Amino acid sequence: MTEMLGSMLLPPGLVLIIGAFLLPLVEGKLRAALVLTLPLLTLALVWLIPDGNHVQIAFLDYSLQPVNSTAEGRLFATIFSIMAFAGGLYALKTATLTELSAAFAYAGSAIGVTFAGDLITLFIFWEMMALGSTMVLWANTAANPKAYKASIRYLLVHLLGGVVLMSGIAAYVFETGSTAFTAMQADSVATWLILAGFLVNAGAPPLSAWIADAYPEASPSGMVFLSAFTTKTAVFVLLVGFAGTEILIYIGLYMVFYGIIYALLENDMRRILAYSIVNQVGFMVTAIGIGSEMALNGAAAHAFAHIIYKALLLMSAGSVLLMTSKRKCTELGGLFQSMPVTAINGIVGALAISAFPFTSGFVTKSLETSAAAYEGLVFVWFMLLAASAGVFLHAGIKFPWFVFFQKDSGMRPPDPAANMRWAMWLFSFLCIAIGVYPQALYSILPYAVDYQPYTVDHLVTQFQLLLFAGFAFFVLLPMMKRTLTISLDFDWFYRRFAKVVGDEFSVKTGKAFDRLETQVRGGATGFIQRLHRHHGPQGILARTWPSGAMVLWVAVMLVASLVLYYV
Amino acid sequence: MDNESNKHWLYRKKNLPTLWGIQIAILVLAVLPEFFVHHHPHFEQQGIGMDATWGFFAWYGFLTCTAMVVGAKLLGIFLKRKDTYYDD
Repeated sequence: MTEMLGSMLLPPGLVLIIGAFLLPLVEGKLRAALVLTLPLLTLALVWLIPDGNHVQIAFLDYSLQPVNSTAEGRLFATIFSIMAFAGGLYALKTATLTELSAAFAYAGSAIGVTFAGDLITLFIFWEMMALGSTMVLWANTAANPKAYKASIRYLLVHLLGGVVLMSGIAAYVFETGSTAFTAMQADSVATWLILAGFLVNAGAPPLSAWIADAYPEASPSGMVFLSAFTTKTAVFVLLVGFAGTEILIYIGLYMVFYGIIYALLENDMRRILAYSIVNQVGFMVTAIGIGSEMALNGAAAHAFAHIIYKALLLMSAGSVLLMTSKRKCTELGGLFQSMPVTAINGIVGALAISAFPFTSGFVTKSLETSAAAYEGLVFVWFMLLAASAGVFLHAGIKFPWFVFFQKDSGMRPPDPAANMRWAMWLFSFLCIAIGVYPQALYSILPYAVDYQPYTVDHLVTQFQLLLFAGFAFFVLLPMMKRTLTISLDFDWFYRRFAKVVGDEFSVKTGKAFDRLETQVRGGATGFIQRLHRHHGPQGILARTWPSGAMVLWVAVMLVASLVLYYV
Repeated sequence: MDNESNKHWLYRKKNLPTLWGIQIAILVLAVLPEFFVHHHPHFEQQGIGMDATWGFFAWYGFLTCTAMVVGAKLLGIFLKRKDTYYDD
C-alpha cells in the first residue's frame, strides 16, 4: 500500500511551486486562504511520505529521484514549511503579488532540494531557488530603487555558484557514473567544485558579502523569506554531502567572526541582522566540519532554531522599517514606547539568537559547542565560546538597543497590522517552546540525542558568559557610537574595482574602436566612391549607349551567326 | 526640568546610576554560584583546566567581547566608507 502510494507521490515542494502560479489567479480571501493553507499542506505531505526513495523518473541516461525522504531532509523541509506559513502570514497585507508568488516558488524549491535523491534534481531546484529569491528581491524595486541593481548582483553571484556546482556535478557523474546525492569526499576536482558551489550559497568566504548587500534591499517581508532558505539549504547539502570535511571547521570559524566584526561596524539595522546570518551559518558549517553525530545533530537543530529566531528578528526589524520608513540605527531609537509588541518580540528573538537559557538557541547551539569539546578540539571550543559571547554583543544587544532604546528619536509609530503581530507572536512562542521543551526537536534530529542542556553547570556558565558580554557592550558603548558608514567587503571587487577596470577598459577600447571606425569608414567611403565612379550617373558602366551603336552591334552579331551557320 | 519629567523614566538622567546599579547587581548574582558550583573541565585529557577555574566564563566573555569591539574599531579605520559610497 505504501509502495503504491509512494509511486504516485509528488515532491512536496511542488505544492508550493504550483501554488505560486495559482496565487495570481485568485484574489482577496481566497488568496489569503491559499497562502496560509498551502504551507500546511506541504508540511503534512512532508510527514506522510515514509523514509526512502519513492519515485524514479528516467531522464536521458539517468534516473531522477525527486521524492527521497530522509531524516535530515524531513527536518529541513519541516522548518521550511513552517517558515513559508509564518512568512506568508507576515507578508499577507503588505507584500506585492510578485513577491508573494516568488517567495512561494522559492520556498517550494528549497523543499525540493531537501527531497532530492540525485544531483540533477538537486541542481534543478537549486537554480529555481536562485530565480525565486532574485524575484523576491526584484519585486521590491518599486518601493526601493536600489533593489533592482542589488537583485542583479545577487543573481550574478548565484549564477556563478550554479555554474561551479554544475561543472562539479558533470565531472562527478562522469568520474563515478553515479548521480546519487550521498556523502562525498572532497578529494577530486569534481567534489571540490560541488563543495565550492554549495559554499557560495552558505555565504562562505570570499563571497560572503552578497548576503548583506542584497537581502536588506528587499521589502520588510521579502527579507524575512530570504533569510531562511538559501543559506539553510546550503547547510543541508553540506550536512548530507560533506560531513566531517575538516576545512569546513576553519571556513565556519572565519564566517563566525566575519559576521560579528561586520555587524559591529554596521549602521543599517537589517544589515546587522544580515551579517548575523553569516555568523550563525558559520556555527553550523563548523559543526558540519567536526562531523560527529552530536555535531551534525547540532548543525541541524541550530539551523531549525535559527530560521525561527532570525525570521522573528527580521519581522521585528521589518515592522520598524514599515512603520517608520527608517533603517539606520542613527535615525532610530526609543521605539519601545509606541511599538511594545514589536520590541518584545524583537527582544525574544535577540535572546534566542544569543542562546539565553530557556530559548531555542540555548538548547541547539550548545550541541555544537559540546561536540567540539567531546572531540577534544580545544582551539575550536574556545573560539566558539568567544563567538557565542560575540553573538550577544552584535545581534542580541546591539539590534534591540539601537532600534528600541538608546536615545529617543522622538518617533511614536504604532505597532504594525494584526497579521504581522500574530506572525511574530507565533515565532516568539516557538523560540521559547523549543527552549523549554527541547525533546520535541531532539526527537526529529538525524541521530539519537544523548544530551542534557539543562545542568546547573551549563546554566551558570552560560549566564556568566552572556551577562558579562552584555556588560562589555555597555562599558564600551562610547566606542560603538553609530556612524553614517558602510564597510568595505569583497563585493568592492565587483562593485568598484571591476567598474574602474571596466571604465579604463572601455576608454581604451573606446579609442581603439574610434580608430577602427575611422578605418572602416574610410574603406567604405573609398568603396562607395569607386562604385560611384564606375556605376554612378557618369560611370563608364552606367552610361547610356546611343541606339546607332546598338544597331551596329546587332548587325555584327547577325553576320557572325550567318557566317557560323554556313561554315 | 519639565522636559526631563516628560521623558520615559529610562531616559531620565537621574535614573542612570540606578540602571548601572541594577546591572552590577545582576552581574554579582551571576558570579555568586561560583562559590558553590564545581565546574568540570572540558579538556582534562589535554591537561587544560582553565575553563573550570573560578569565574572563567565571566572574564572570558568580557575580555573576548572587548577584544572583538576593539578589533572591529581598528578594522573600521580601513574598511569604513560613507554610506553613499556605492551610490552613483
